[in-house]
Amino acid sequence: MAKLIGGLGTSHIPAIGGAIHKGLQNEPYWKPFFDGFPPIRDWLAKNKPDVVVMFYNDHGLNFFLDKMPTFAVGAAPEYHNADEGWGIPTLPPFKGELDLSWHIINTLVEKEFDVVTCQEMLVDHACTLPLKLFWPEGDCPVTVVPICINTVQFPLPSAKRVYALGKAVGEAIKSWDSKKKVAVIASGGLSHQLDGERAGFINKAFDLKFLDSLESNPEWATQFSVHELVEQTGTQGVELLMWLAMRGALGAAGGSRVRRVSGNYHIPISNTATAALALETVD
Amino acid sequence: MSTCTEEKPIPGTTLFDANQARKGYALNKMCFSFNSEENRKAFLADEEAYMRKYGLNEQQAAAIRARNVLQLIAAGGNAYYLAKFAGIFHLDMQDIGAQQTGMTKEAFRAKLVAAGQ
Repeated sequence: MAKLIGGLGTSHIPAIGGAIHKGLQNEPYWKPFFDGFPPIRDWLAKNKPDVVVMFYNDHGLNFFLDKMPTFAVGAAPEYHNADEGWGIPTLPPFKGELDLSWHIINTLVEKEFDVVTCQEMLVDHACTLPLKLFWPEGDCPVTVVPICINTVQFPLPSAKRVYALGKAVGEAIKSWDSKKKVAVIASGGLSHQLDGERAGFINKAFDLKFLDSLESNPEWATQFSVHELVEQTGTQGVELLMWLAMRGALGAAGGSRVRRVSGNYHIPISNTATAALALETVD
Repeated sequence: MSTCTEEKPIPGTTLFDANQARKGYALNKMCFSFNSEENRKAFLADEEAYMRKYGLNEQQAAAIRARNVLQLIAAGGNAYYLAKFAGIFHLDMQDIGAQQTGMTKEAFRAKLVAAGQ
């Protein structure tokens, strides 16, 4: 069976794409953010996952309000990035992992998560930037299964439901008949709010508590309603749902035992409290 | 219609719920179209014709003309699609944040930095 080796998390602010493109990683503004990645890259170089399952939220590239799935699973041979309207460079396509995509879809529906399946799916910065941050050099060495969670239009799925989805995805990975090594990725957050008079809202205390909970008490954040999460983390901070899905997947892999490989937290990039994290499963 | 957003408002925050989604559909559909460079150019070439094509109501059209984010949200705009409209004018998220909070960009930045202390 496949091996679930760990989970990664990172923020995905579009401006990161511009910074990478312009080579600004060592500029004073960017350095505290990019410094979070070398320890994670070292761990990846040593542990070499073949496949990643990416929990992310689309920002209006693939999905519009005409058809807005709560949970959508990619089942495409490759995933194309495209113009998002604000001038960040478009990245070359990423390879899919069809067998795992369909195994996840079959497992999720069996477990009563009635997901939307996508044999074609554009992926936006939220899916592409983590790959570029974790594997900055050359071609991306992993294949990808993107899982998109709606954070655009309310009602959003609850934290409890998203954690359970992640758990089911973890069980699917562990029961996949393959010798491949798989990692799960959370893309998004942490606290930030782009819209309204409350724009610029950041909640460091909550973020730090949440990051700690991912190690020791992974279900902590499932006590909150989506409304409470918005109140605590901002309208876009609710992207921490992706991190809960990632952590849910790991819970299935090794009890709830994980080891923190590396973690970084920095305020601000753009309007956002950023984080980068790697957790490895412990047998 | 009952939604959780009406039960316990969060100050300075409009959740994009069913009411907003219904109200803002035409505006958001237009902003979604700005993923395409051809459409961005068509908008800049003739804003009024472009807005008519998407059937914006007067409140939405006025907010677009004013480039005013709070008015756009009041007219049903969603942050993710509005960001594509802002992108046409090369405004970044700190420009948008400053506009909505009535601060200078420098003051808005300082507020963000302070949140990290």
